[in-house]
Amino acid sequence: MNDRHVDLLIVGAGPAGLAAAISAREAGIESILVLEREQEPGGILRQCIHNGFGLHRFREELTGPEYARRDIDRVRELGIPVECSTTVLSVSRDRVVTCVSAKNGFRRIEAGAVVLAMGCRERPRGALCTPGTRCAGIYSAGTAQRFVNLEGFMPGKRVIILGSGDIGLIMARRMTLQGAKVLACVEIMPYSSGLNRNIVQCLEDYGIPLYLQHTVTDIRGRERVTGITIARVDQNRLPVAGTEIDFDCDTLLLSCGLIPENELSLGAGVELSRLTSGPVVAENLETSVPGIFACGNVLHVHDLVDHVSAESFNAGRAAAEFIRNPSGAASRFAVRDGNGVRGTVPQAVSARPREDVQLMFRPSDVFRNAAAVVECGGREILRKKAMIYTPGEMAVLTLRKDLFENLQGDVITVRIEGEKANG
Amino acid sequence: MFDTDILIVGAGITGTSLARELSRYNADVIVVDRGADLAEGATKANSGIVHAGYDAVPGTLKARFNVQGASLFPDLCRALSVPYRKCGALVIGFDGKDLETLEALLQRGIRNGVKNLRLLTREEALALEPSLNPDISGALDVPESAIVSPYELAYALADDAALNGVSFRFNRTVSAVEKTEGGWVVRTEEGETVTCRTFVNCSGASGAALHNSISDLPLQMTHRRGQYYLLDRAPVLPFSRTVFQCPSVMGKGVLVSPTVHGNLLLGPNAEDISDPLDTATTAAGLSEVLEKARRTWPTLSVRTNITNFSGIRAHLLTDDFVVGPVSGAAGAFEAIGIESPGLSSAPAIGLYLSAMIAESLALTKKQDLIPLPLRPVPFHEMTDGQRTAAVRENPEYGNIVCRCECVTEAEVRQAIRRPVGARTIDGVKRRTRAGMGRCQGGFCSPRVAQILSEETGVPLPDITKDGGNSYLLSGSLASFLKGESGNE
Repeated sequence: MNDRHVDLLIVGAGPAGLAAAISAREAGIESILVLEREQEPGGILRQCIHNGFGLHRFREELTGPEYARRDIDRVRELGIPVECSTTVLSVSRDRVVTCVSAKNGFRRIEAGAVVLAMGCRERPRGALCTPGTRCAGIYSAGTAQRFVNLEGFMPGKRVIILGSGDIGLIMARRMTLQGAKVLACVEIMPYSSGLNRNIVQCLEDYGIPLYLQHTVTDIRGRERVTGITIARVDQNRLPVAGTEIDFDCDTLLLSCGLIPENELSLGAGVELSRLTSGPVVAENLETSVPGIFACGNVLHVHDLVDHVSAESFNAGRAAAEFIRNPSGAASRFAVRDGNGVRGTVPQAVSARPREDVQLMFRPSDVFRNAAAVVECGGREILRKKAMIYTPGEMAVLTLRKDLFENLQGDVITVRIEGEKANG
Repeated sequence: MFDTDILIVGAGITGTSLARELSRYNADVIVVDRGADLAEGATKANSGIVHAGYDAVPGTLKARFNVQGASLFPDLCRALSVPYRKCGALVIGFDGKDLETLEALLQRGIRNGVKNLRLLTREEALALEPSLNPDISGALDVPESAIVSPYELAYALADDAALNGVSFRFNRTVSAVEKTEGGWVVRTEEGETVTCRTFVNCSGASGAALHNSISDLPLQMTHRRGQYYLLDRAPVLPFSRTVFQCPSVMGKGVLVSPTVHGNLLLGPNAEDISDPLDTATTAAGLSEVLEKARRTWPTLSVRTNITNFSGIRAHLLTDDFVVGPVSGAAGAFEAIGIESPGLSSAPAIGLYLSAMIAESLALTKKQDLIPLPLRPVPFHEMTDGQRTAAVRENPEYGNIVCRCECVTEAEVRQAIRRPVGARTIDGVKRRTRAGMGRCQGGFCSPRVAQILSEETGVPLPDITKDGGNSYLLSGSLASFLKGESGNE
C-alpha cells in the first residue's frame, strides 16, 4: 500500500483520458499517470472497427482503432505512463485514488488534480423493464460488438435490435455482413436516436426495416431466445393492443441508450446532473469538487469522438492550470436549458473564460428550420440556424471568449426556436 | 444391491438442507436435479426473507418449521459464511380493519413463540421508516425478521454436503419412480436409472406430480407465480427493514425489502399459472407489483431497476407443507408444498427429515466430519489492508472482472472450483455477484465465459448462460461464414 504522489491522475485511457493526458503534458505538467482497467488503451474505440471517426478533427475517415492509435502514439511520444489492467476502486474528495492491478497490487495515490474519463455503459434490459423470459441471447449491442470484433464469435443468427442508438445501427450492419439475418430495428420514439448517416448506411443499404414508435412487448424462449413480439406504442409509449408482430429469432440486441459511469464520481462527492447523468461542470470541465475534472462520455454521452477529444483537451489544460494555481475563478453565470433543450454542458461559466466556451446539448425533440438561441441578461448573444435539430445529434454552440467582456445578467439560457416536427 | 442408500430429487433449499444433514450419517447420498446447477427453482427467485413466524396458523407444519428454522439461521449462516442480516420487518395497515389484522397477527405470533413483537402507531412506524406511505394507520414491528441470500445458502449447504460425501448430479429430470424389493428405481428422461433404498421428493414445483405417481393419497398443487423488481444498490436505501402489507389468502402480499447485498427488492404479486416452469415476467404482472409497492412507498421510482424476475411457489390446496413419509409408499419421504415460509423452514425440515430417514435406515453418525472452510471475505468488502495482502498472495485478486460489483478474477475462479462449483455464467453470477450489478453482465460476461472455458476445458462456444440450450454464442466468425451450423 505504497503511497505516492502524482500531479495529475487520469482515470481511463479511452479517447477522453488520452486527450486530457496529451494536453496536460503540452501545458507543461510532467508528473502524469493514466490508469486503464482494460488490457490496452483506446477505450471503446478498440472494438469500433467501422470507419467514420475523425472527420472533424483530422479531416479524414478513420476506423476506431486508427483514431485511438494517433492519441496512443502521441502519449507514448510524450512519455506519459499509461498503466493498463488497473482498476480504480475509489477517488476521494481530497484526490486520493485507490487502485488495484495484478502487477502492482493495491495502491493509494495522491494526486494534485484528477481527470475522470471513465466513459459510459449501456442501458440494460432491466432499465427498460421489458417483460418475458430471461433466457440467453439478450445482449447489449456493445457486448455483441465486443464478441464479434474482439473475440471473433457471433452471438446469434436471427436478430432483432431494440433501440436505434448508433451502436445498435452499426451492429445491424456488422451482423449482416457476418452472415446473420437482422430482422428488424425497433425504436420506441418517433425518431431514431442514432446519427442519420448510420440509419442510411447501416439499415437502409441492407434493407433492414426500422419500426419507429414500436417496442418489444414479449421475449420468448426458456433457454435461448426463440421469439420476440413487438407492438406499436401510443403517445404515452404504451403498447397498443392488436398491433403486435411476432418474429422467430434467437437474439435480441439492446441499443437503448448510454449511461455515464459515475460511481467513482459519486464516491468523491461530485455533484451529478439528473439530465446528463454526468457531473455538473464549469466551462473548464471542473466538477463541484475542486481539482476533479470530467470529460468525454462520463460527463455526457457524445455521438462523435471528435467532440470527446476537443472537450478532453480542454479538461487537460484546465487541470494543468489548476495544478499551477489551485485557486481558480469562481463561476459567475449559470447555464439553463430553455425550450427544446436538454442537458446543456457546462452548467456554469466563470466571469472571464480563458478560452472560447462550447455549449453542448441535446435537442428534446426534432425541430426543422430552427435556430438555437443563447440569451444572457435579456439579450440574445448567439443564434445558430440549422435545417434540423434532432435528439440524435448533439448540438454544439461556441461562445467566443470576448463575448463575455461586457455581459450583463447571471443566467445564460439556451433554447430552440422553430417548428417541432411531428415524427 | 442398490446404487445408493438415499436419492434426493431436487437441489433447492430443501434438498440441499436435507443433503447436508444426511451427510452427517454413514450413508451414500445422491441428489439429482433437472437444472444445470443448484437452486434453479424457487430458491433462486424468492424474497430472501427469514420470517419470524407471526403469519403461519398455529399448529400447522408451516408454523412449527418456520419458528424452529428461523432460530437455526444465525449459527448456520455464520458456519457456512452466508450473508444473513436481522434487519427487522414492519407489517403495515391502512385502515381500521387492517389494524384488527395486525392485532390478530400479533396474537398469532405470540402463540407461535415469536419474540419482541409489538404494535406501533402510525407516528412510531413513520419515525422508523420515513419513506413509508404517510396514509398508514399503524404497523406491527417484527424485530426478529431477517434477510438472507437464499441461493448462496443452498450453494454453501451443498458444498458442505459434497465435502462430506454427497454426490450432486445435474441436468437430470426424473421421469418415473418405481417401487422395487426393499427400495426404489428412479428413471430420468436422459435415460439414466438409479436404484436406492430410500427416495426423497424435494422437487419443488414438480412435488405433487411426483408424489401422486407413488402415493395412495393424491395432493393438489397450484403453481403461483410471483414477479419482482430488483433495484440498484445505493449508499442509503429508502428502507432499512422489510415492509409487508397485511397478508391475504394469496399470500404475504407485495413487500419492499433491502437485500443482504444492499439492493432493494419489490414484489411479489401472485398469479396461478398452468405451466410450473413458466418463469416469464409479464407487463400486467410487473405493473401490478409497482402499483402495490407504491402503496408502501408512494415516491417509488424504477429509474434504478436492475432486473425483473419471477419465481413459482408450489402451493398445496391444503395450504400447509407436507413433510414426512409418503403415504402408501414405504421407503419414500417428501417435503412438498414448500412455499413461503419455506426458506425460513428449510433448516428445520432438513433436520426433521434426516432424523426420520436415519431411523428408518438405522444409520449411524459419522465420527469425522470435514468442516466447510470459511469463505474468504469478498474483495468488495475487504479493507485496504486486506486487499493489499490478498493481491500479494494471489495476483488474480488484482484483476477486477465485474466492475459494477467489484468482483475479481480470483473470486470467479474460486466459484468454479468450489465443491459444487459453477459451470455456467449464471452459476458464477449467483456465487460471486459478477454480472449481478447495474450493467447486468454487459462488460463482464465475455470475460466470465472465457474463465469458465479455461477452468473447465469446455470450448467457449459451448459455455451456457444457465445450462441446456442457453448458449451465448452461435459459433466463431470463421465457422459462420463457412455456413457451418454452430449452436441452434
